Amino acid sequence: SFWNFDPLFQPQSHPARDAHDTFFIKEPASTISIPEDYYERVKTMHENGGSGSIGYRYDFKREEAMKNLLRTHTTAVSSQMLYKLANQEGGFKPMRYFSIDRVFRNETMDATHLCEFHQVEGLVADYNLSLGDLIGTIETFFKKIGITQLRFKPAFNPYTEPSMEIFGYHPDLKKWTEIGNSGMFRPEMLAPMGLPENVRVIAWGLSLERPTMIKYRIKNIRDLFGHKVEMARTRTAPVCRFEAVN
Amino acid sequence: MPTLSVEKEKLFDALEKSYTDKEFDELCFEFGVELDEITSEREEALKSVTNKLSKQQIEALSDKIVYKIDVPANRYDLLCIEGLSRALKIFLGTMEAPNFTVLQPPISDSSPHMVMNVIQEHTEQIRPFVVCAVLKDITFTQERYDSFIDLQDQLHRNLCRQRTLVAIGTHDLDTLQPPFTYDARPPNSIQFVPLTHSSTDTSFAANDLLDHYEIDAACKHLKPYVPIIKDSPLYPVVLDANETVMSLPPIINGSKSKITLETTNVFIECTATDLTKANIVLDTVVAMFSQYCANPFTVHPVTVNYITNQKEVKSSYQTPLMAKRTELAPVNFCNSLIGINISPESMLQLCSKMQLGPAELIQKDDDAQTYLQVTVPPTRSDILHPVDIAEDIAIAYGFNNIVKRIPTTSTVGGEQPLHALSDLLREEIARASYTEVLTHGLCSLKDNFTALRHPISQAVHLSNPANIEYQVVRTTLLPGLLKTLQHNKSASFANGFKLFEISDIVLADDEHVNTQTIVGAKNQRHLCALYAGPTSGFEIIHGLVDRVMTLCEVQPDAAYIAKSFTSSGELNTEEKFRISRSGWTYTIQPQEDDGEDPMYFPGRSAKVLLTSPHTQDKQICIGTFGILHPEVLHNFDILYPTSSLELNLESLL
Repeated sequence: SFWNFDPLFQPQSHPARDAHDTFFIKEPASTISIPEDYYERVKTMHENGGSGSIGYRYDFKREEAMKNLLRTHTTAVSSQMLYKLANQEGGFKPMRYFSIDRVFRNETMDATHLCEFHQVEGLVADYNLSLGDLIGTIETFFKKIGITQLRFKPAFNPYTEPSMEIFGYHPDLKKWTEIGNSGMFRPEMLAPMGLPENVRVIAWGLSLERPTMIKYRIKNIRDLFGHKVEMARTRTAPVCRFEAVN
Repeated sequence: MPTLSVEKEKLFDALEKSYTDKEFDELCFEFGVELDEITSEREEALKSVTNKLSKQQIEALSDKIVYKIDVPANRYDLLCIEGLSRALKIFLGTMEAPNFTVLQPPISDSSPHMVMNVIQEHTEQIRPFVVCAVLKDITFTQERYDSFIDLQDQLHRNLCRQRTLVAIGTHDLDTLQPPFTYDARPPNSIQFVPLTHSSTDTSFAANDLLDHYEIDAACKHLKPYVPIIKDSPLYPVVLDANETVMSLPPIINGSKSKITLETTNVFIECTATDLTKANIVLDTVVAMFSQYCANPFTVHPVTVNYITNQKEVKSSYQTPLMAKRTELAPVNFCNSLIGINISPESMLQLCSKMQLGPAELIQKDDDAQTYLQVTVPPTRSDILHPVDIAEDIAIAYGFNNIVKRIPTTSTVGGEQPLHALSDLLREEIARASYTEVLTHGLCSLKDNFTALRHPISQAVHLSNPANIEYQVVRTTLLPGLLKTLQHNKSASFANGFKLFEISDIVLADDEHVNTQTIVGAKNQRHLCALYAGPTSGFEIIHGLVDRVMTLCEVQPDAAYIAKSFTSSGELNTEEKFRISRSGWTYTIQPQEDDGEDPMYFPGRSAKVLLTSPHTQDKQICIGTFGILHPEVLHNFDILYPTSSLELNLESLL
């Protein structure tokens, strides 16, 4: 749980940490060791705040942080990369990261949802970044996959503030639909890592399956991912291109 | 995300303005809530698969339009029509944010003092805290009453974490006699008529009541909360001066103090295991419903005394806090975070729209910069840091009005080495006519072990699998490929059916370190391929092993390559051009020499052995290949002979 939730300033009482949404591990059930001084800084931030925050003011429990689970978002790895970036030899240097990887959620399954799926995540860590930078980066990103009309809606994530849901006018569906989530990581997350105060991290993410299913008109996620995929579909799949946008 | 259901007409009444659906959707978008669904009670019942109402009953339901609005999980002030309409009016500028006043009681001997005495030694064993408040001269209508109950349900579900952290009890003050007591007592000593049995006036002892709730179908909505206190030797109980049981937290209130439409004075108690949240919950209920008091937005406090068994007061506080504080955010910080450049004065106006007014501009003595000082009302417990204030200013400004930029620092991109290798090999193996698959990481114990004729050994086991298909994280990629074969029976096998996957498996490992952390497991990137067809294809799979090694710059060792010399002692053509890394060699060793893997056909499997500088020049086994045992094929319902290969790619990096 530690890298998946706690350094991200997601409180231990958050519903997403319930067995309803997260796969916990029976064996090995507990994390064996973590960087202790960092753990203390994270605990203090949750309990008492610091760096301008009033914190959550509850009792942070070690057993909760040490519960092993299957990661629920790729941000669990982004947190590790940012921690390494803050503590690398020579100190922090501006960096851009991306990942495309598998995540696991204990959700009700239906035609478009499985217990495992993939997320695409991008982040930029640099001095004095703003929401304007985030909007510009997101627009450039989505332009590459053929979505040029975007609108941003105020949203909430425990680890980002401000947070924005990204809505795009989908050229195939011919309607506005939610295409991603984004935000600036909270200082409560960045400060205990040791990132300099004026470093801001902007991040955005989306699922991999959803845009693919929209683009290729696939109705059931099992036709795209898993052992029930028809090999005939794989064999006739075209190269992946998007409408050229200048 | 919590959802608030409101009747459209009532909402527009509260907003004192009407909108088209599209206009309202737009307003929600700008503000940061989402109009998720437009429906009606009748429509819901028609659509519902669980609802078993008759046609007549459905016709009797209302067809008034209901808006279902998703609100952010951290905005407890938007969970009822009162809160949402108020927030939207303030956002639109048609209303000023209310000022909440805690009215101090007059010092008078004749009026009973509002006091809650907590028998600390007992309550701290099960549910330590309580906070209370009194709403006076309140007027309820059926609608307001329903909203009052709904808000409590919403809070119980979300912030209170299904009543485990906080539970709310509301009572008709005029039926009770202060001072009040919060105690924890043996279950069989608590006797009362619960709210669920008001009509029959049946009295229960607390332990019997919980047993009843566990089995009675009519009360099944209370069953989930029973475990919270069931096994405790002491149950929490709230009483008045006459020992009337007001509530048995967090289960049910007593019938005696129940609220009706005629109630004019309300006593609210929130018992809790988290005091911070208890205060947020109490403040929220008061903030929302004090608008219906004769003196709107006022509340009367209660003094909570934590006392010893000897009646000595150990600590004390007065609630509700109606926590109001000021917070500072530097003006430049807000502008820079958002990426705009508005004047400090405009920021003041924007703050008022977001319930952060009154706001002022402050200059600090030792600081050149101007600070924005905002008022954080009790309805905004989500404000933790100046970034929360900056976000609200951005919302009031309009996210879609911000000019976009691109971060200017140059960085150089690249792929992780393991992934770069994986992608290159995927291309090459596809070129060898293998079709790529992507299969699930979670599988059953059967698929991962016993169906492959392996004993169940160490792996990462899930504690709450959704079903048996998700018991364990795979330690081999082979079941995924075999299940793909199983599902593609209609495909042609005449010329051989070739599949491969390059993906992670997960092994239990209590030494592997990642970011200074040892979780007890590690990922490992594997390549798995199979051939199924009219013949077993052993030599084809063997050929793939050699191909992968050539591609990864690993050369066959001297013994293995002996067969590649022509009769005149020269290397054959391809071997002449091989490029390999110094010190990297491999060979194949039949498994009969060294204990066979029962997954394979006896005498028809081999190990792939690698020697490299990374292995300190010792030979390690990086994978196996061979013809699969017929039992394995039978377990996956495969009718053709099949050979497979699985290698640990990480050793080839």
